[in-house]
Amino acid sequence: MDFPVFHLDLLGNRGLIATIAILHVLINHGLAVGMMPLVAAMEWYGNKKQDPRWDRLAYKILFFCFLITTTVGALTGVGIWLSVSLVNPYSIGSLIRVFFWAWFTEWLVFITEVCLILAYTLTWKKWSARGPEWKARHIKLGFALAFFSWVTMAIIVAILGFMMDPGNWLTDHSFWTGVLNPLYIPQLAFRTPLAAAMAGIISMFLILFFTGKQDAFRLEALRAVGVWTLVFAPFVLLAGWWYYTSVPEAMKDNLAVSLATMQFAEWQNKFLQIAVVTVITILLVVQVAIARPNLLPKVALVVPFVAILWMTGHFERVREFIRKPYVIGQYMYANGLRVGDYALLQRDGVLAYATYSNPLTPAEQAGLPAGLSGEQRDALLERIQKGKDVFMDTCSRCHTGHGMNSITGHLKRMFGDRPWTPELTAGYIEGMHYAQPFMPPFPGNAQELQWLGAYLEHLQNNTAPIPGAQTAGVIVNGDAAPRTATTDIRKETAAR
Amino acid sequence: MTEIPVPRDIPLPLPAPEPVLIAVLVIFFLMHIVFVNFMIGGALLTLHYELRGLKEKRYDKLAYAIASTITANKSIAVVLGIGPLLAINTIYTVYFYTANALTGAFWISIIPLVIAAFVLTYIHKYLWHQMDRVKWLHIAIAIVVCLLFLFIPLIFLTNINLMLFPEKWGTTQGFFSALALPNVFPRYAHFILACPAMTGLLMVWLFRRRSAQEIEETGFARVELMRKGYQWAFWPTSAQFLVGPLAMLTLPQVETNLHAVWAVFGIAILVSLGMAHLMFAETRRPAETIGKSFLPICALMLVVVSLMGVGRHLYREAAVTPHRELVRAKTQDYMRKVEEANRAVATKAPAEKTQ
Repeated sequence: MDFPVFHLDLLGNRGLIATIAILHVLINHGLAVGMMPLVAAMEWYGNKKQDPRWDRLAYKILFFCFLITTTVGALTGVGIWLSVSLVNPYSIGSLIRVFFWAWFTEWLVFITEVCLILAYTLTWKKWSARGPEWKARHIKLGFALAFFSWVTMAIIVAILGFMMDPGNWLTDHSFWTGVLNPLYIPQLAFRTPLAAAMAGIISMFLILFFTGKQDAFRLEALRAVGVWTLVFAPFVLLAGWWYYTSVPEAMKDNLAVSLATMQFAEWQNKFLQIAVVTVITILLVVQVAIARPNLLPKVALVVPFVAILWMTGHFERVREFIRKPYVIGQYMYANGLRVGDYALLQRDGVLAYATYSNPLTPAEQAGLPAGLSGEQRDALLERIQKGKDVFMDTCSRCHTGHGMNSITGHLKRMFGDRPWTPELTAGYIEGMHYAQPFMPPFPGNAQELQWLGAYLEHLQNNTAPIPGAQTAGVIVNGDAAPRTATTDIRKETAAR
Repeated sequence: MTEIPVPRDIPLPLPAPEPVLIAVLVIFFLMHIVFVNFMIGGALLTLHYELRGLKEKRYDKLAYAIASTITANKSIAVVLGIGPLLAINTIYTVYFYTANALTGAFWISIIPLVIAAFVLTYIHKYLWHQMDRVKWLHIAIAIVVCLLFLFIPLIFLTNINLMLFPEKWGTTQGFFSALALPNVFPRYAHFILACPAMTGLLMVWLFRRRSAQEIEETGFARVELMRKGYQWAFWPTSAQFLVGPLAMLTLPQVETNLHAVWAVFGIAILVSLGMAHLMFAETRRPAETIGKSFLPICALMLVVVSLMGVGRHLYREAAVTPHRELVRAKTQDYMRKVEEANRAVATKAPAEKTQ
């Protein structure tokens, strides 16, 4: 990493991205992509039947979605950008250079989507009052909004698919080969009905809030939305099947390693189980909603909703699973280092090309062995400092010191309480990628492996959180930083 | 002595010719910032009039009318910010990401802070009448919204300022130390003053086109409302003649000459004088002729804002260019070493096989 290293030692850097991204996906799928066609359909149905109750319900649901999507939804979308650019600037920086125009187009579509949702929500009452012609126009606006919401997802999924499997992009570096990667269509096919089913479940939940217990319309609305959900549920299963049968093709290089195969089989089984459970709970609850809507308690709707969340979460995990040990398949490892850089770095060391060093705080310097002379102490601290730099540059994108997915947790599990000597840990790390195929190979040289070992040994006795550049700042490495003559520096030098 | 870091850039070509990316950055950023001005200025003016409304009811109605504009403006402001973010990511990759990381905790807190501000803005707007009985709470919400809206730009500004000065990266420890760099506060004041000024023009536009009935409901005459808008536009703009040059003069010295930057800002000051004159004239006009100069004022404002955008970009380029040359050289040198190491490995591998 050639940027100052942002680091969260408790939540973990991936934890930050995951929290923001999961929230965003839920809102995007459940309240925008899936919900907008449902709301437009309700408005259309109410207009067709000349039943104002449908119109009122559709507006209430839309207003709720409007409030959430234009606050939490929009901002978590930006938040994914900001968090990824903090955590892995190399990967997002590379992706933006390849996908600039895809993102740019997505942005234009997104502007359209925001304008449409503003227009659709804010003109609802005015246009409806102007007569049937305007009402018809308003309904069209709703379907246009639904279409654009789907298009933004369709573009983003291309980029996500690319990260899993850059396909031919690696050889010809062209934009379209990146976009039209083999997982694109199956993934889009899975997300589309999933979003629609999610929206169905959420709106059934909202119907229970927006209609009275004795209201006959409540039953009618639950039934209709139940049918909507029921229509999409089988497609979730079908497209899910298609998606995961496409996965082995995409990760065939990884599957050459038997451990990866085992892990994949495990993932696949679990996915199948969760998908079946989800679809069954959806079917059961929707059955009740259709056949005995007056018996449906609010809490019953939480069950399929949680099941969908669980399935979505597991589904999202596969992306990570497939791409590991890479962050951009075959091009960049999860540690932010390019595959092509490894020959150089393993020869000369990672630190030889690191612009920044990550200073040890006083708390991090505690816990040294007793009885060291001043000189020994300094020498040890220097080794630990270098080891920390190796850790920050090569491990910290995924691992914390003592928090989530912590390196100390893994070492404790493997080596228990016996001393984590550099011989022990360095020996393991050197061949770790053979035993754990989702780990990138160690990118540094032999000397750095020893320094890293010294640092890990120190972490066994020092539980102080590791600060990131955002609090502790950075030290600029002297050799890596030839001085330039800006006016300030010249003046400073002259003054001396 | 301060070490100046020279990091490597990402070894992939830019996705488009640089001028295209610069155009995306400058043009869309200005559009974004105008809506941010409307949003923040709208919140400030709403609070001001709501407080006055405690004594005189019709001010409360005026506050409500302004509050109604904020939520749409804020959605447009957010969505217009994404394009420039994309462009700055590609053109200033090293600079932008470095500044982000060094102020990371505050940088990422933009997300929850903006969400909080937006949710409160919705509550403030949509529960206006329901909260009549707890007016103090309603006003408290407006105050919190204003504080959030005043603070968030400071995070952006600190970042955008820090990214220009690689020589400060080694000594920056978190947001507050970056905040202490020279020029942050004058630029911030310059930006904040623009908010009521732009919102003043928005007020004029808003009340100029409202129907007579809607105007009557506010309890003010149209001319009064428009005059208020012009006053909001005029006084902060006048203050900019002090704050603007101050922001300009506190810009840190850079190695490259800044003649073009001074020229652009100089022209902007001259155009602003003309614009301020017209604004002032409008505040004195009677009902029959008020609004006569509205379009010329908007046109001049567009010119001023564009010149500000251009001047800002020219300064950024002047500050970064010499360093960027070093980054480029270092990246090339690194890539040469990478190729050489890969070649060495490739020739070694077959040799080992044959042994």
